[in-house]
Amino acid sequence: MQWIFDFFGSSVGKKLMMALTGLCFIGFLTGHLIGNLTLYGGRDAFNAYAEHLHALGPVITLVEWGLLTLAAIHVFTGMLLFLQNLKARPVRYAINKSGGGRTISSALMPYTGFAILLFLIYHLLQFHFVDKTFTTIYDIVSLAFANVLNISFYIIAMVVVALHIRHGFWSLFQTLGANHPKYMPMVMGGSLVFSLIFGIGFGFLPVYISFSG
Amino acid sequence: MTKTINLTLKIWRQSGPGSKGRLETYIANTISTDMSFLEMLDVVNEQLTLDGKEPIAFDYDCREGICGQCGCVVNGRPHGPENGTTLCQLHMRHFSDGDTIFVEPFRARAFKIVKDLVIDRSPLDKIIQAGGYISASTGGCQDANAILIPQDTAEKAMDAAACIGCGACVAACPNASAMLFVSAKVSHLVLLPQGRPEAAQRVVSMLKTMDELCFGNCSNERECEAECPKEISIINIARMNREYIKAGIASTVQ
Ligand code: FES
Repeated sequence: MQWIFDFFGSSVGKKLMMALTGLCFIGFLTGHLIGNLTLYGGRDAFNAYAEHLHALGPVITLVEWGLLTLAAIHVFTGMLLFLQNLKARPVRYAINKSGGGRTISSALMPYTGFAILLFLIYHLLQFHFVDKTFTTIYDIVSLAFANVLNISFYIIAMVVVALHIRHGFWSLFQTLGANHPKYMPMVMGGSLVFSLIFGIGFGFLPVYISFSG
Repeated sequence: MTKTINLTLKIWRQSGPGSKGRLETYIANTISTDMSFLEMLDVVNEQLTLDGKEPIAFDYDCREGICGQCGCVVNGRPHGPENGTTLCQLHMRHFSDGDTIFVEPFRARAFKIVKDLVIDRSPLDKIIQAGGYISASTGGCQDANAILIPQDTAEKAMDAAACIGCGACVAACPNASAMLFVSAKVSHLVLLPQGRPEAAQRVVSMLKTMDELCFGNCSNERECEAECPKEISIINIARMNREYIKAGIASTVQ
């Protein structure tokens, strides 16, 4: 059994955990986005979608706990990597210059990650852990996005998410060892496409709701 | 007529491993643009010696870009601004008259500074000692065609074997990780039939040693391949990750 801890505890092992949990989150976001598209169908469509989801009962609870576990792994491992990496160069350079490998997205990974964690807490408090006895989820959403401040906050949050995915997506393939001259250009392209789809897909929803509602 | 330039140098001076270092300013006048960066430092050192001052300690051996002994961070870039070039092969023609040049040692927790710009690279040797070799007993020489290796595979192995172990990847990595170095060493052996039998143990041991020596963790920033004087690709890192996964879940190596 010890081998499992050794395997995931090494530098590559920790990166593998980041990659695998990250891959799950991309899967989750895809489902989340597709579900949210029902918002374009209006009040009834969105409420019906939410009801169907809740009708799944224990399955949903299981998925929620699963996602929470994945998030805990991703956040904890990420922080550990961040701290270890800081410690690996105690004296910094007087002059820092990129040789061209780094991107804004890759350089900001730990920070966008942390920002997403904060956003997630806010997001869940706003839409998940609320009393829905006398209202529907659609009403909560449309009320929230009547506020310009809230809309801007969500749009900024989605830019941050897009930045995180921009590096995270291709990076997870590299970490899993899937770097092949034939497919890597597609993975790189996919990285950009996914970050744009999630950024624009989620980011446009608050704007649409505020105008339609 | 050779062209000459005048430079201001800001060079890291540190008397020993434990002591506090600082950047000091030196003026280097009438430097021929045909000189290499190290020859320029030689000129500065000659003057320092004549003035009765301590010359700047820096490392080198071959001065022809093959030994991996030289290397400093010049204006924030390991081995200077030219791609695919070691510091000893960097020529002063790439600088302009009046430039201010910052020269710092390769910085990482794993690389102790011996003096000024000289670092202790022995952690890289320790990683090699952990498994960067094959331990097949040598016997009589076998027929050259007994083991067939496709040209393409031989090329890939050679590309990885081009690593001179200078440590620029560690110096360039925002996380001070040695992944490009280790992956080059793992790759050039694992691609060839002779390296396969010990592949699982090798990758596990070398990575374990890398972690123990306090190198950072790779976060795919790609600065290493951009700065590598031998232009070794991060595709080797992906290969090592694959080997590590295979060794971890499919071999009996603990
Ligand atoms: S001195 Fe040998 S590579 Fe520069």
